[in-house]
Amino acid sequence: MITVCRIEDLPPGEALRVTEGVPAPVALFNADGTVYAVDDTCTHQDASLADGWLEGCFVECPLHASSFDLRTGRPTCLPAKQALKTHRVTLADGYVVLHVTVGEPA
Amino acid sequence: MKSITVVGASLAGLSTVRALREQGYDGSITVVGEERHQPYDRPPLSKDFLRGGLDADALALGSPDEYQDLAARWLLGERALRLDPMARSVTLAGGRELRSDGVVIATGASPRTIPGAEGLAGVHTLRTLDDALALRADLLHGLPRVVVIGAGFVGAEVASTAHALALDVTVVEAAEVPLERALGRPMGLVCSSLHSDHGVRLLCGTGVAGLIGDGRTPGEGRVTGVRLADGRLLPADVVVVGVGVRPATDWLAGSGVAVEDGVVCDTGCGTSIPGVVAVGDVARCPNPFTGRHARIEHWTSATEQPRTAVRTLLSGRPATAPTQPPYFWSDQYLARIQLAGHVGADAEPHLVEGDFDSRSFVAVYRRAGHSVAVLAMNQPKLFNRLRRSLTPAPATVASTV
Repeated sequence: MITVCRIEDLPPGEALRVTEGVPAPVALFNADGTVYAVDDTCTHQDASLADGWLEGCFVECPLHASSFDLRTGRPTCLPAKQALKTHRVTLADGYVVLHVTVGEPA
Repeated sequence: MKSITVVGASLAGLSTVRALREQGYDGSITVVGEERHQPYDRPPLSKDFLRGGLDADALALGSPDEYQDLAARWLLGERALRLDPMARSVTLAGGRELRSDGVVIATGASPRTIPGAEGLAGVHTLRTLDDALALRADLLHGLPRVVVIGAGFVGAEVASTAHALALDVTVVEAAEVPLERALGRPMGLVCSSLHSDHGVRLLCGTGVAGLIGDGRTPGEGRVTGVRLADGRLLPADVVVVGVGVRPATDWLAGSGVAVEDGVVCDTGCGTSIPGVVAVGDVARCPNPFTGRHARIEHWTSATEQPRTAVRTLLSGRPATAPTQPPYFWSDQYLARIQLAGHVGADAEPHLVEGDFDSRSFVAVYRRAGHSVAVLAMNQPKLFNRLRRSLTPAPATVASTV
């Protein structure tokens, strides 16, 4: 369990990357008020999804435009084919809390 | 349409097969590929793969499941020799003739080289997986002195990889400023300064007079050096020639398909022959965003163009291509360079974020008040926002065609 930031530090449309205390970097997105967390590195090639283009609850990779559904981690178009691992996010006392998933993506 | 032959089995060829099935075509598909490999991704060939950090398996573009779903026949290691437009038949080097209702030309391009390179061991071009395997073997054998001829993107990436392997690297560029055609002079200077940042020698404005080998006659034995036009001799154990490509259209001679620096296409990728379309590096289509009628050798075009070409092929009418800025990226010396749009001679770059010296910046090119291109180094987030704000500039049509 990692306390990431205050909720006002991750306003709608914004993203941030967590690199400490996690097995692999995690990207958090505020998609119109709901915070999602997925593995930060695109499953296609080395690019950070926190730098990607957020539209609704989909994020587009900044390098090759693979799009992922943040709710499931699944790619919605090529070139990525593998799903991202998703992580649970909760809010506690105004803070965003990340619960890192151990194991394989769904 | 009941049968389609795709000539070329790289990214554009595979993307065409995918687009055919996505758009509901359920007839037969035959794909002819000159290389013996199933479709693979080329960009890593100058980077991770060349360094030895990736297996060939990791480059695969398709999976066994996908190939089963696509239900195409793959004729790999087969070269197309001729196209007969009347019968729409493709003749292969082995003599086999493939007749079909539609033909897709996706034969790509071949690297240009320099006189005297042929037959000289240690001299490489880089286009295919086999090219990369041969170059990698040479780079990983001992500590060769490397000379890269051409400071374009492929040359720069190879130099960066060789540098990462702790090799002694010199880059030779005939133009005064590398990348000037792609990025303009000021940004060409900024991006090519990555070489000197990392201690790689960059010699500009000097042509190559010839290659020196240890054989008794020229073009024999193993390379030992590169003679420059100004007389200097650069000792070399490995030479990489990265001086651009020429579209692979020789096999279309006599077919009636109009060829001029690639296959001449309409906006829908249709050629001068009905039922024949072209995609990828070989296709020269008018681009609705840039207004230019030029080949685009980008990875992204090879994935997007086939959707348009397939709509044209299946409907029999020229389809409309999406109005999107061309996009490419280059990874070198741990820097990520991204460009969207087309930088014409009269487009002025304006720094909008970061600074050049920190090698982290975004510059927007403007022409006649319009933002026509955006260049970023290590700034993917802002780059992606700004690439969506570019405007197609109709005025560019007259000035750059």
